[in-house]
Amino acid sequence: MYNDILTYLPYKSSFLFIDNISALDMNGVTGDYTLRKDAFFYEDHFVNNPVTPGVIITEIMAQIGLVVLGIHLIISGNRKAGVTMDGGSFPLLTATDVSFFKMVLPGEKVIVTSKKQYFRFGKLKCLIEMHNGAAELVAKGIFSGIIKNAVIKK
Amino acid sequence: MDRKTIFTELKKVLAPYTENKEMLDGISEETDLIRDLKINSANLVDIIIDAESQYNIEIDFDSAEKMYKVGSCIDVIIDKMNQSA
Repeated sequence: MYNDILTYLPYKSSFLFIDNISALDMNGVTGDYTLRKDAFFYEDHFVNNPVTPGVIITEIMAQIGLVVLGIHLIISGNRKAGVTMDGGSFPLLTATDVSFFKMVLPGEKVIVTSKKQYFRFGKLKCLIEMHNGAAELVAKGIFSGIIKNAVIKK
Repeated sequence: MDRKTIFTELKKVLAPYTENKEMLDGISEETDLIRDLKINSANLVDIIIDAESQYNIEIDFDSAEKMYKVGSCIDVIIDKMNQSA
C-alpha cells in the first residue's frame, strides 16, 4: 500500500531487505521482510548451521525503520528539517544500540515497527522493534541516521 | 545567567557524547566539539536538543550551524535566552 516509497531506496538485490511497507506516516513506519533461504550469508554463517547474522537483523531494522521513514519525512517536505534529497543523496547510519532476543532462521518473516523520537537538522532518531511471525520480540533498539549529501534548503 | 554558569553546565551536557572524558577538564571557549572533543558530528544534534530543553529555548537551523565551538554554543544559548526573555 505504501510500497511506492521503495523506488527511492538506493539498495539493490542482495542488500535490499524490505518486501512491504504496511503503515507509514510522519511519526512512524511498519514493514516486513522474509529472509531468502538462498541469501549470500547463510552458506558461511554458520557452516552447516545457517542463522541470520546480527548485522543483517540490524540492517533490516535500519532500512525499514530509519531509511524508509527518513526518505518519507524528507520528500513530504518537512520544512522544519530544512533538507531535501537529490540523485547524489544516500542514507548513513550514525548510531545504533540494539539488543537481540531471538534467532532468525532462513525463510522466516520479520516485522519491523519504528517510532520517531525526533527529526531535526536532517538527523532522524527512532525506537525500532522487530518481531517474528509468531509475534515474538526478536530485537529492539535505538537507531539514528542522516541523509548524506542532502540538499540544504535556506 | 552568566557565561561562566553556562560554561559549567555545558560541560555536563557534552559529557555523554565525549569520547575522551579527561579532555573535558581542560576545555576553553576555543575548544572545537568535533576536532578536539572527538564528538560524532551527528551527536551535535543531540547536544542542541539537550541545550534546548535545559534552557527552554528553540535553536533554529542558522544558529545551530554556528555551534561548533564551546564559546559559540554559549553565544547561541545566551542569544536565544535573551530573545525568549
